[in-house]
Amino acid sequence: MKDTPLSNCERAFLLQAITEKKRLDGRQTYDYRNIKITFGTDYGCCIVELGKTRVLGQVSCELVAPKMNRPTEGILFFNLELSTMASPAFESGRSSDLLIKLNRLLERCLRNSKCIDTESLCVAAGEKVWQIRVDLHLLNHEGNIIDAASIAAIAALSHFRRPDVSVQGEEVTVYTPEERDPVPLSIHHMPICVSFAFFQQGTYLLVDPNEREERVMDGLLVIAMNKHREICTIQSSGGIMLLKDQVLRCSKVAAVKVAEITELIQKALENDKKVRKEGGKYGFAESIPDQRITVLKMEKAPVDTSDVEEKAEEIVSKFEPLSKVVSIPVVLAEGTGQIGEGVGNAWGELEASEDEEDEDDEYAAMAEEESNSSKKESVKDQVIIMSDSEEDDVIILEPDSPAQARKAKTKTEKEASCPSKTPRGKKKKSGR
Amino acid sequence: MGSVRVEEAVGQVVLPGDVLLIPSQSPDAPLSLSGAQQTSRIKVVCGPGLLRRGDDLQVCKCGLLKHRDPAVYWVDSQQKRYVPVKGDHIIGIVTTKSGDVFKVDIGGSEQASLSFLAFEGATKKNRPNVKVGDLVYGQFIVANKDMEPELVCIDSSGKANGMGVIGQDGFMFKVSLGLVRKLLTPQNDIIQEMMNIYPLEIVIGMNGRIWTKAKTIQQTLIVANLLEACEYLTGTQRKNVFARFADNVV
Repeated sequence: MKDTPLSNCERAFLLQAITEKKRLDGRQTYDYRNIKITFGTDYGCCIVELGKTRVLGQVSCELVAPKMNRPTEGILFFNLELSTMASPAFESGRSSDLLIKLNRLLERCLRNSKCIDTESLCVAAGEKVWQIRVDLHLLNHEGNIIDAASIAAIAALSHFRRPDVSVQGEEVTVYTPEERDPVPLSIHHMPICVSFAFFQQGTYLLVDPNEREERVMDGLLVIAMNKHREICTIQSSGGIMLLKDQVLRCSKVAAVKVAEITELIQKALENDKKVRKEGGKYGFAESIPDQRITVLKMEKAPVDTSDVEEKAEEIVSKFEPLSKVVSIPVVLAEGTGQIGEGVGNAWGELEASEDEEDEDDEYAAMAEEESNSSKKESVKDQVIIMSDSEEDDVIILEPDSPAQARKAKTKTEKEASCPSKTPRGKKKKSGR
Repeated sequence: MGSVRVEEAVGQVVLPGDVLLIPSQSPDAPLSLSGAQQTSRIKVVCGPGLLRRGDDLQVCKCGLLKHRDPAVYWVDSQQKRYVPVKGDHIIGIVTTKSGDVFKVDIGGSEQASLSFLAFEGATKKNRPNVKVGDLVYGQFIVANKDMEPELVCIDSSGKANGMGVIGQDGFMFKVSLGLVRKLLTPQNDIIQEMMNIYPLEIVIGMNGRIWTKAKTIQQTLIVANLLEACEYLTGTQRKNVFARFADNVV
C-alpha cells in the first residue's frame, strides 16, 4: 500500500510551528520523547519505545566456523526489519532504500565501533566461534527509527547471556543454563545514535524528529556516540549544507543525550537483574501499560433507581382508594342527568374515609366525579413528571377539546384542593 | 470463551473465534396449537466484526459487542485501517488529478475517486479549485467490497452542506477509529467541553482524521493533543484536565 500522503495544510502547519519553536507533542527543540526499555523473560530480548515508535530487539547465538581472514574473532550480525505492521507503507520481503540505509548505519554504529569484544567470542581458533545475531523488528513507526533501533540493539546485547563453554583439548562442551550460568558478552562501550533534523536549509534544528517532522525536514544528521564522548559514526543525509559550528553544536548536544540514554539503559538493566534475582515478575506482559479502550464507553443513562420501588409503591398506595371510588358511580348514558347518584350511598358507612365524606357533603355528584378524576389525574401527572417523558410536551400542543370548556368551571374550584396539579397537567387531561 | 448467547455478550469484550448463539425462537412467539413446530427466526443483522457461521454468529474482531433493536449486532473495535462505508463523512487528501476525477487518499486500502463535478456549483466550465495535497471533506456514495469507493462533496440536493475543500491552514491529525466514533456519538460532550476552552473550528472524519483550527498554532496544538489524550481518559479525568486548561486561558 502506498504511504499516506502529507497534505498541504499539515506541511504548512508543521513548518509554521517549527519556526515558532513549537513541536506537535509539546517538546522543546532538544527534547527526546519518552524512552522506555523493557526486557523479555528470555535473555537478550527487549522492546524499546521511543514515544510511539517501538522496536523489538532479540539476540541469539550460534557456534560457527570463523571467517578465514579472522580466525580468532567471533561474528556479529545485525538485521533490522521494517514490517508492514509498523506502517502500511512498508512492504515485507523487499528491502527499500530506507531499510538498506538504516541497516548500514546500524552496522557502522555497532560493529565498526568495536563495542563488543569479538575476540572473547572465540571458542577454538580457526574452528569454532560464536556468531551473535541481533534481530531488530520495528513494531510501530512514529519516526526516528534509527535511534530506537540503536538503543534496542545495545540494550539487547547488554542483556544477552550466551551459554558457557569449556574446551578440553579437542573437546568443546556447551553447558545448558542449568549446568552453568550463562555468561554475558563483554561490552566495551555503548554507542547510541542521536538524530538531528534540519529545517529550512539548516535554520532550525530538532532532536528526535517524529514521523511528521521527518516528512517535512530538509536534512538529517545522525551522530553515534558513546558516553566517553567518542564519536562512532556520523552521517548527514538529505543534502543540506551544514556549517562547522552547527556540527560541533550537534555533537555537544549528542554527548548530553547519549549520557542520559546510557544511564537509562544501565538503570533498566540493573532493575531487570534485581527483579530476576528476587524472583519477582518480569517480562513484557508485566510492563504493558494499563490502557483501557473502554473508558469512553457509553454508559446507560445514569438514572437513580435506588428509591424507585418506594416511589412506585407510594404512588400505588395513593392511587388505590381513588380507583375504588371511581369504580362505584354508574354512568347510565351520556347526557343523563345524575344528581346524588354518582357515588354509592355512603350513609351509615362509618368506615368511609374523612375526605370522601367531606366531598360528599360539599359537592354534587358531578363535581364529585370531576374531583375524583382530577385527583386521579394529578396522581398520574406526578408519575409523568417523574419519568420526564416527552409525552407531556407533545400533549400540551393539542387543541383544547370542547370538554375543557364544559369542565372549566369546576376545575377552577379544584385548583385549591389539588395544589400539586400544574397547568400542564390540566391541558393534558382535557386532551383525553 | 466458547459459545455464549448473544444477548449475554452484549456490552462485553468479545474475541475473534467466539461463537454467539442466536436464540432459535423469540420468547414471545405464539405457541401454535396445531402441533406443527413453528420456528419463527429473528432477522439478525451482523455488522462489522461478526460473520455468519451456520445459524450462529462468529466474532472476527476483538472489541465490545454492541446491540441495537431489534437484532442488529456489531463489534466496536479499535483499529487504524478505515473501511469505507456508504454515507460516511470522511476527510481525504487529494493525491492526483487525472482528467475529470481526483484521486483521494482516505486512509483505507484503496484510494477513492472524486468527480470534479461533485462540488457545489461546479460545472464543466466552472471547475472547483482543488490542488494536489488539499484536504476535502466528503461523503461516500459508492462503497462496495469490489468497487473503487466514490466520494462526493454535495448532498442529494446539490448543496455543499458543510462539505468541500477544507481551508489551507489549520492542522490535521490522525486518531483511532474508535475515538472518532466516540467523539461523534450525540451523547458525547467532549467537543462541547473543548469549545468552552478555546473557540475552534473542527472537522471530524469517520476515517480517523480530525482537522482543527484554533486562533493560534499553540492553541491548535493543545486542542489536537487534548483530543488525542481523550482516548484513554475517563470522564472525570477529562473534566479535570479540561478544567485546568480553562483556568489557564482565563
